[in-house]
Amino acid sequence: MMDSPRTAISNPPVQPMESNLTERDLVRRSATSSLPPPERQLTPVAKLIDVSKCIGCKACQSACVEWNDTDPAVGENVGYYTNPNDLTPDMFTLMRFTEWVNPETDNLEWLIRKDGCMHCADPGCLKACPAPGAIVQYSNGIVDFVHENCIGCGYCVKGCPFNIPRISKVDHKAYKCTLCSDRVAVGQGPACAKACPTKAIVFGTKEDMKKHAEERITDLKSRGYKNAGLYDPPGVNGTHVMYVLHHNDKPHIYADLPDNPHISRVVETWKGVTKYVGLAFMGLAAAGSVLHGVIGKPNRVSEEDEEHAEKLVERNGRGAG
Amino acid sequence: MIDDSLVQPGDAVHPGKPVIVDRYGPGARINHWITATSLILLALSGLALFHPSLFFLTALFGGGQVTRTIHPWIGVVLFISFFVFFFQLWRANLWVRNDFVWLSRFTDIIKQNEDRLPELGKYNAGQKFIFWSMTGLILVLIVSGIGIWDQYFGEATAIETKRYAMLVHAIAAVLIICVFILHVYAGIWTRGTLRAMTRGSVTGGWAWRHHRKWLRALASQRKAGPAE
Ligand code: SF4
Ligand code: SF4
Ligand code: SF4
Repeated sequence: MMDSPRTAISNPPVQPMESNLTERDLVRRSATSSLPPPERQLTPVAKLIDVSKCIGCKACQSACVEWNDTDPAVGENVGYYTNPNDLTPDMFTLMRFTEWVNPETDNLEWLIRKDGCMHCADPGCLKACPAPGAIVQYSNGIVDFVHENCIGCGYCVKGCPFNIPRISKVDHKAYKCTLCSDRVAVGQGPACAKACPTKAIVFGTKEDMKKHAEERITDLKSRGYKNAGLYDPPGVNGTHVMYVLHHNDKPHIYADLPDNPHISRVVETWKGVTKYVGLAFMGLAAAGSVLHGVIGKPNRVSEEDEEHAEKLVERNGRGAG
Repeated sequence: MIDDSLVQPGDAVHPGKPVIVDRYGPGARINHWITATSLILLALSGLALFHPSLFFLTALFGGGQVTRTIHPWIGVVLFISFFVFFFQLWRANLWVRNDFVWLSRFTDIIKQNEDRLPELGKYNAGQKFIFWSMTGLILVLIVSGIGIWDQYFGEATAIETKRYAMLVHAIAAVLIICVFILHVYAGIWTRGTLRAMTRGSVTGGWAWRHHRKWLRALASQRKAGPAE
């Protein structure tokens, strides 16, 4: 049986192969309560982005556009290197540039972070999505949007702690990085990782990536980055896209990377207690009315009521005449 | 001088057996049914996106994408039609002291001891409650709804604001559906009420039983007015 690919470097096999990401490999499916457990467990994969090695060449951005065949509009210069200015339905990944003065050394540091879907183990987008099967999570950790099921409501945008999904104004469907699920499914690594000239982006099993990150962190620490560390935030049970950050004590300096991301409590309340209590409330109200309507005595107008009214009107009528 | 809160333009009594009392003109009735239809369509399309077990309701509208597209537009229709209504009815729905007395005799309302209840104008406290809660909830729903109408107003609010708007919209929707159920239920339980919104009139007996003060005011208005 074919399992998850271990690297993005190797060239694809030439013999035809079957996709290993199928309906049977789903561990979560949006708005679906009774999902059969997957028949097999794929090895969890991860993309590791070493921010300290990135030179900001945007080869990954180009590779992503190329592989996914998106057609982003020609960018506009808004005064800094980040281009386009934000993620779009046609730009699943984006180098975000930050000029940061390190208060300890007074050095200007040029921080470059490749933004995009983090492939959360606890994905807020999937939790918020109301359309069955529009967002799925595979047992290898990839969170993918299934466009034919998407209704374009944008709930995923509110659910995501990283502000990632974008709704297309053209076909009204949500788009984001797929972790190149269509490549991973046939044994290849993501296009962005493959294109990266410095290997700042690497891909493999999550375990291998953590080990690799350890080496990098040791190296960075030996060079004086004492707070270097791995960004694999526990608030969303870890992610399948991880960063090596030279200042892991303050992720927010990297273009507002959340320090402690988690699904918003507001979203949890909306998708949790509100949903169940609300449904119960409406159900009770409806059932109660029907029940009382069937067994209770209706409030009928009596004959006397009609007579009273007739007398009243008559009395007044006479007064007028 | 007829108290504004009792009699409204168009209200009139016609002697006969039974007495017929005009309660709503054709304009008000058409508007009522536009509001009612919109509310039902909004509830169905909204519920479809509220709980996965109700997602199948999107089929009524031709699929999820269409449901998502038209729900806010129906909301706009409801908002307009309700507020046309609002400006016609709000005066008659102002709270008066008798409403407290009426409400405090809740058991007599349920047991139908009408004679132990105070005489009422055109609306009782229950109807006023429905009126004002609908008013409040529709305002909350339209404001929170625009906050999450991302197709046109996506840029206007921050994501954190949208999260609160979602929650508020969902809770307000649950409440308005409950109020709606109550409204329909009361209209059916109190026999003789529905015709006010179909034919526009009720019988004199109905008015005597439930809104005696209103009936008295109408009857005396006849006396005061020119003879027919
Ligand atoms: S926009 Fe699509 S993917 Fe996002 S929550 Fe709505 S249906 Fe789900
Ligand atoms: S980063 Fe956002 S879009 Fe990506 S899996 Fe997590 S919640 Fe979903
Ligand atoms: S993994 Fe694929 S879809 Fe995601 S950013 Fe890289 S190239 Fe784009």
